[in-house]
Amino acid sequence: MTTDQAAERATTPDVGEASLAATLPALRAAFPGAVVRAMVGNHQAVICVAPAQAHAVLAWLRDDPGQRFNYLTDVTCVEHRDPELPFEIVYQLRSLDRKADLRVKILLDPDGPLRVETVFDLWAGADWLEREAWDMFGVVFVHHPDLRRILMWETYSEGHPLRKSFPLRGRWSRSEQTRQALADNPEAQYSLEELSISEAYRALPKDMVERLAAHPREQAT
Amino acid sequence: MGLTTDVNPEPDQRELDQISPNWITTRLDFLANWSRSNSLWPMPFGTACCAIEFMATAASRYDISRFGMERMSYSPRQADVLICAGRLPFKLAPVIRRIWDQMPQPKWAISMGACASTGGIFDTYAMVQGIDTIIPVDVYVPGCPPRPEGLLYGILMLHKKIMGESLADPTLRVEHLMGPDGLFRRPEAIDEVSEPFGNSVHQTRSA
Repeated sequence: MTTDQAAERATTPDVGEASLAATLPALRAAFPGAVVRAMVGNHQAVICVAPAQAHAVLAWLRDDPGQRFNYLTDVTCVEHRDPELPFEIVYQLRSLDRKADLRVKILLDPDGPLRVETVFDLWAGADWLEREAWDMFGVVFVHHPDLRRILMWETYSEGHPLRKSFPLRGRWSRSEQTRQALADNPEAQYSLEELSISEAYRALPKDMVERLAAHPREQAT
Repeated sequence: MGLTTDVNPEPDQRELDQISPNWITTRLDFLANWSRSNSLWPMPFGTACCAIEFMATAASRYDISRFGMERMSYSPRQADVLICAGRLPFKLAPVIRRIWDQMPQPKWAISMGACASTGGIFDTYAMVQGIDTIIPVDVYVPGCPPRPEGLLYGILMLHKKIMGESLADPTLRVEHLMGPDGLFRRPEAIDEVSEPFGNSVHQTRSA
């Protein structure tokens, strides 16, 4: 690295600091009291918001002309060993226009129900990400259109495997796990609902469209 | 119940003539086994890194077409040997069982790699601890993953096994179906494979 580059790097603000500076004051002005914590770690701006206002904050982050976080990179859940606030729902946002990243976290009360509002209405890509968080952690995404298991099979009965309280080898004995797995119908993994909400719906064969139209799920789509 | 003493120790001579090998049947056995072992069409069931080694085995450097195996059967109905290359999660257990049931006799199975044979490092809630709890296995290939030479050695062992088969053996082509309890093996035998840690009640890491 030349001295010019080193000097330039020293004077350029950190990308995380820059992202936080561009978002945090406006967010605090728009939603007083919604920001619980804000920090920068590993060049990544992190904002923790109150659960009640989370959906409104995320909608604002997407639609505000100064923010334009139009791409949802990831939705996931983290369980820490911290006994007070073990559960975090993490939204990783990206603004393709502004080339900025922002991580929004919701800290959930472990005593209350693990419920957050879905962001499927803001970013359609949240569909499977939220299903995975439900499958692995048991977080209910309220108003999600199709909240079913996605990694484990739908009749899986042992709980939510990535919870700290879940035993590593599962709850049942190996023979019971094998019996339940073999009893599953492998052709039931992809339901008609799943096909009907896919974007390829119009490209489906005519007889399949007719079968889906006869299905009650299709009325809602 | 138990052992009975009134079993005739002398087998019926006519029955013995039917099943005991003579010159004709051994020649027929040799011909059938020779042709079967040299045209084993594989049903590739690749789920993990073992499948990469399996692809290398099929490619030109190791070239399993030398053994008449270059024709991959992506339909189980034209397959002779199921090669499970990689770990098998519980979600795929009914899939491999159905593929095995759809394969016509004569059929064999190779369990390729540590995970397919024993669960390997994945001693978790999601993983079958050895595919022999789901289907019968003829040859286990050790390794993580096995090199192509390892898989070829397993294939040659299967050849040897096939050359030892006999048309007169009535137990050979019996379908091993699932039992009425929905399991392929006894539940105790399946629980045993999780020893010495046992199931969730005894496991060392939880909470």
